[in-house]
Amino acid sequence: MTVTTQTVTVTVDGVVVEVPAGTLIIRVAEMLGTAIPRFCDHPLLAPVAACRMCLVEIEGQGKPQPSCAVTVADGMVIKTQHTSEMAEKAQAGVMEFLLINHPLDCPICDKGGECPLQNQAMTNGQGETRFQGTKRTFPKPINVSAQVLLDRERCVSCARCTRFADEIAGDPFIELLERGAKQQVGTSEDQPFDSYFSGNTIQICPVGALTSAKYRFRSRPFDLVSTPTACEHCASGCALRTDVRRSTVMRRLAWDAPEVNEEWNCDKGRFAFPYTSEARLTHPLVRDEDGNLVPTSWPEALRIAAAGLAETGAASGVLTGGRVTVEDAQAYSSFAREVLGTQDVDFRARVVSNEETAFLANHVAGKPLDVTYGDLETAKSVLLVSFEPEDESPIIFLRLRKAALKGSTKVYSVGPYTSAGLAKMKGTLLVAGPRQEVSVINNAAEYLTSDSIILVGERAAQTPGALHAASELAQKTGAKLAWVPRRAGDRGALDAGLLPIGGRNTSEIMAAAGGAVKGLLIGGVSPEDVDGDLIAAVESAKFVVSLETRHTEVTANADVVFPVAVITEKSGTFRNWEGRDRSFSAVVTTPGALSDADVLGELAREVNKTISVTDFWASASKPAVVAGPVDASEVGSGQAVLSTWRHLLDKGALQSGEPYLAATARVAVVRVSPATAQKLDLIDGGTATVSCCGESASAPLIVTAGMADDVVWIPANSEGCSLNLPSGCVVSVSRGEI
Amino acid sequence: MSLSQQTREQARAIISRYPQARSALLPMLHLVQSEEGYVSADGISLCAEELSLTTAEVAAVATFYTMYHRKPAGEYHIGVCINPGCGILGGDAIWDKLSNRLGIGHDEVTADGKISLERIECQAACTHAPVMTANWEFLDNMTPESAIEVVEKLASGQEVISTRGPRIRTFKENELTLAGFDDGLVDEGGQADAEMLAGLNRAKELGQSAPGVKK
Amino acid sequence: MTLTPVLTAHWDETDSYKISGYMRHGGYTAFKKAFATGPDGIISIVKDSGLRGRGGAGFPTGLKWSFVPQGDGKPHYLVVNADESEPGACKDIPLMLANPHALIEGIIIAAYAMRANHAFIYLRGEVPHVFRRVNNAIREAYAAGYLGKNIMGSGFDLEVVLHAGAGAYICGEETALLDSLEGRRGQPRLKPPFPAVAGLYASPSCVNNVETIANIPYIVNNGVDWFKSFGTEKSPGFKLFAVSGHVNRPGIYEAPLGITMRELLEHAGGVRNGHKVKFWLPGGSSVPMLTPDLLDTPLTYEDIAAAGSMLGTGTPMIFDETTSVVRAVTGWISFYKHESCGKCTPCREGTWWLSDVLHRFEDGHGTESDLDKLIDICEQIAGRSFCALGDAAATPFPAALKHFRDEFVQATISPASETFDPVAATVFAGATR
Repeated sequence: MTVTTQTVTVTVDGVVVEVPAGTLIIRVAEMLGTAIPRFCDHPLLAPVAACRMCLVEIEGQGKPQPSCAVTVADGMVIKTQHTSEMAEKAQAGVMEFLLINHPLDCPICDKGGECPLQNQAMTNGQGETRFQGTKRTFPKPINVSAQVLLDRERCVSCARCTRFADEIAGDPFIELLERGAKQQVGTSEDQPFDSYFSGNTIQICPVGALTSAKYRFRSRPFDLVSTPTACEHCASGCALRTDVRRSTVMRRLAWDAPEVNEEWNCDKGRFAFPYTSEARLTHPLVRDEDGNLVPTSWPEALRIAAAGLAETGAASGVLTGGRVTVEDAQAYSSFAREVLGTQDVDFRARVVSNEETAFLANHVAGKPLDVTYGDLETAKSVLLVSFEPEDESPIIFLRLRKAALKGSTKVYSVGPYTSAGLAKMKGTLLVAGPRQEVSVINNAAEYLTSDSIILVGERAAQTPGALHAASELAQKTGAKLAWVPRRAGDRGALDAGLLPIGGRNTSEIMAAAGGAVKGLLIGGVSPEDVDGDLIAAVESAKFVVSLETRHTEVTANADVVFPVAVITEKSGTFRNWEGRDRSFSAVVTTPGALSDADVLGELAREVNKTISVTDFWASASKPAVVAGPVDASEVGSGQAVLSTWRHLLDKGALQSGEPYLAATARVAVVRVSPATAQKLDLIDGGTATVSCCGESASAPLIVTAGMADDVVWIPANSEGCSLNLPSGCVVSVSRGEI
Repeated sequence: MSLSQQTREQARAIISRYPQARSALLPMLHLVQSEEGYVSADGISLCAEELSLTTAEVAAVATFYTMYHRKPAGEYHIGVCINPGCGILGGDAIWDKLSNRLGIGHDEVTADGKISLERIECQAACTHAPVMTANWEFLDNMTPESAIEVVEKLASGQEVISTRGPRIRTFKENELTLAGFDDGLVDEGGQADAEMLAGLNRAKELGQSAPGVKK
Repeated sequence: MTLTPVLTAHWDETDSYKISGYMRHGGYTAFKKAFATGPDGIISIVKDSGLRGRGGAGFPTGLKWSFVPQGDGKPHYLVVNADESEPGACKDIPLMLANPHALIEGIIIAAYAMRANHAFIYLRGEVPHVFRRVNNAIREAYAAGYLGKNIMGSGFDLEVVLHAGAGAYICGEETALLDSLEGRRGQPRLKPPFPAVAGLYASPSCVNNVETIANIPYIVNNGVDWFKSFGTEKSPGFKLFAVSGHVNRPGIYEAPLGITMRELLEHAGGVRNGHKVKFWLPGGSSVPMLTPDLLDTPLTYEDIAAAGSMLGTGTPMIFDETTSVVRAVTGWISFYKHESCGKCTPCREGTWWLSDVLHRFEDGHGTESDLDKLIDICEQIAGRSFCALGDAAATPFPAALKHFRDEFVQATISPASETFDPVAATVFAGATR
């Protein structure tokens, strides 16, 4: 397809330039290196022309025009503040107005030193004020959420924050209140600005009106050393900037990556970093004569670990977890297959299936950039299977919402109810409880064409037949198929071959521990994530080596523990769901911090072997995708089929130590359909308890119209409501708390 | 206190007047005031629920318009126009007198909840200056003395008739009218008063008329 | 020039606001003629009549209607601007009290012409009795079969909804009005797109003033030539002049455009006895004040513009020599500050600053250098703000300073209330003396 762009010729400050028709004047000036001052303008928000800072002269027009809102016309002659007295005077006038009520608190303001108002007051303002009255003041600051604080007197009413909340995030919980000189940003009394994306408003605020509880008064911009980094939390692949002061990470910002996260990120990526400096392992640990874990030297620990693993050899299982970098993943893959000689290797720290193994091998592994963010924006329709983008890959959510609002893309979701996220994407629910998903997928061809995309989430492994059905659907319709895991390292691990082709998967490795699997090499795997008893496996195994950043239940039971570097201490690459590499550098220097790959390299050296980088998938055999056995267990009275996923903000290990962020998490609720509520005798707004296999969780019940019947939904791993069971389980549901 | 089911049903009736539901928000906020005398947090929630908006979106609208009260208005909400057209012709003097007599200022309510005062801007009745309003009914051509008399009558439950409208009813009753629910009072007050007829009477007096317009 | 009651011709009949009163004098005959003429024919008639918008801007009405694209398959909306709130303007409110059916019939014709099946009347909220009268007129028109489905068998459907605002002068600005009508904060919209292309609900829309629309039945019934027999070539027709201030007989005077202020003043009984005109505003506080030497200026769009002001709403306010200009200007600026929507910086901050400085003058604490600063602030607002409210706010002071500089200089020494006894300026001053 060829795209012909019509161009127009315009003159800016005497320079003649040819630009695409429809370009805003302010963007044309940017192309020429001319900075027109601005506050309300933001390239990713619709123009409003409210602040009037960017006024320029257009020849033939009697009054100055807002360059952020006027598009160029052929032959237009534009004069900015550099060549037009009218423009210069207009800008100086607006700047004077903005400053009359702005407090002179720059020395204590977080924004001071990186403040567009401060900077532009210097470049486009006057040296002295003519204002002699009393400035407008407000009580300060007020919380618009637990995390986001507002100093109203600093606000210039540019409305970037409220427009972001409304246009981009779809969470209009902050609004302009009052009017005229009293106009101010605010929330309603009963609903704080608990948006997953709230931190972006702080970043785009052109003054110091919005600050974070996390960073407020903690540092000065000019004391920070900034490094471009990538986010380690989910598979979206956000570019970040990490700001460090004296070897301490002070804050993280969303960084510019037009093809991925544009200029946004989620609050988890922005604020969840204190874990990197919390209760870290500092020395290798080994067992003493009494069986106690004690610190030892690196050479000693390496010797013991190498000897132990050499003994278990091919009878070892390797569980890496999904937080590995591409480099670490390649090292694990090489170490498992070439050093240990085992095929029992799996990156998946969650419910897995052999159907999924085959699906990943055939449809995902080794296929980078088959489907991209850009493709989501141009697709006619996108079908979501076992995937809740707002919770599980927030940047996909933002991109799909953008596409849906443009009207170019229609979103469909196979799921139990219309989630808030789906509503914000103007999506259509193809209602299905876990047991109906396969038949709904089988019948979804009418929503798809060859210009469509099917996005399958990692939870599809919980529904036997779903991945098989999705691959058949793609085949039948010509729609493209992409898989979206939940962790930043998952896709890189898959591509590196950390999948049990001809070996045992995660659950099978754990089950065989102490039997056929004698040794275990475990990376960042949490017991509550996996389908099986990891601690029992660790206890049963003859020899266990753990590579960890902090003390865990696994390290407590391991024979040798190696401390490994966290993301801030190493450089590396994450491969996001698209298969796009997102590389990052170390931001702090910790003497002796070794990556997983470094440790594995040393272990290999101990047994006179080396780690090599090989293309596993070039020669791997790919098993056929066969639908797994369907669970047909009976749903008895007082029971329902569980549907569950994790909210973005949950009890995840990497979110520890950030109470302000945790306070903005969604509160757990239980959801059932009206008919199911009646059947199970549950009351809307009352407490409901979901229980199974000796576990139970209670939360307020929301009777949800349009929801699948005989299904109960609760969030997984949520604060105060944690039931670590996969979707599809038959659970008991009762009124009240147990 | 949550609002009554009747109010909720009336809100739905308002919504049904419009091609797009959100257009109903301004009348709905009048409706909320007709029950509670102001826009309460519950009133905001009701509007948000019925229109699928966030409460912040409703609050943004409710705080923009001056007719929506943040705390209960008096049973009789008295406006005194202080825009120069009225203020200079006597509105400022009326304001001073009333405010002093009642002991309350702008946007304040008497202790018994009977009277609230507001310095209002142009009421589109400059020909009748100085102008006051009682629950937004016209009280034209006022003086400080007539202002006191009217307000004292209202406070003591006596009947006061608008100069161009009906007997003054309560704030809440008139808010229901503005929400679009008929009160049967259309025929109260004359069709036009002296100021409205000034030109017509003058034309008749002079024997003037527009060509082609039959008398 | 003689008075020419047309819209006001029967206001002295007790049922003038009812359908019976309206129909007694030929009401609801024009829309039938319109249906026979066809939509394009009506637009031509209105164009040919030269009718200009009566809300203040004076834009040619027929031209505005013709901007609404036809055959685009989208719903069209007619929105009547009944938000009369301009200080000094008090013509639409009386019109809707005494003759609401002229508005309703005008709506039928206008909606028919622009192929709108839905019309809204956005009435300011602070006038419940007007709300009753207009709503009653709508009900009567529905009952008579003049509104609703398939009106009089024409195949034309029209629903009319009366909508109460809630206190915001800015909603008189047509795009702010549309946002308000959509249940939002009444802040003006970025243009383009213009309402004719994407107005109410992003559909083609036309916003017209009450008096403008009420003219339509009379034009359709009596013809273009009849209408043009009133007024001047550039300002044809008649106008509801609402004369207020220090005059003996304030009120509504309907006369052809082109009548002079002096003639109108005479009809209104002249300046109150024993006093003389100090300054006057042709149409609202948003137009520059004029001095008595210009009383002979014909009240037309073009003549008033040539005299250095604007016709605006055509509702002259007369102030006599007891009036403090400093106090009047301070009051009007306070009004603009109160009504600024807050969207754009120049208007939000500029009106706040102007008001702050002017209050110091009113209190006798101004300085001469403040006068230059005030002029500067006005220049920084005018032409830089988002909508015309800012321009309006920048209007009163420069005109006042031009004509009454001495008073502002005096206000650097003594409060306005000492220079001009406030009691003397009240209408009840005589009574209390």
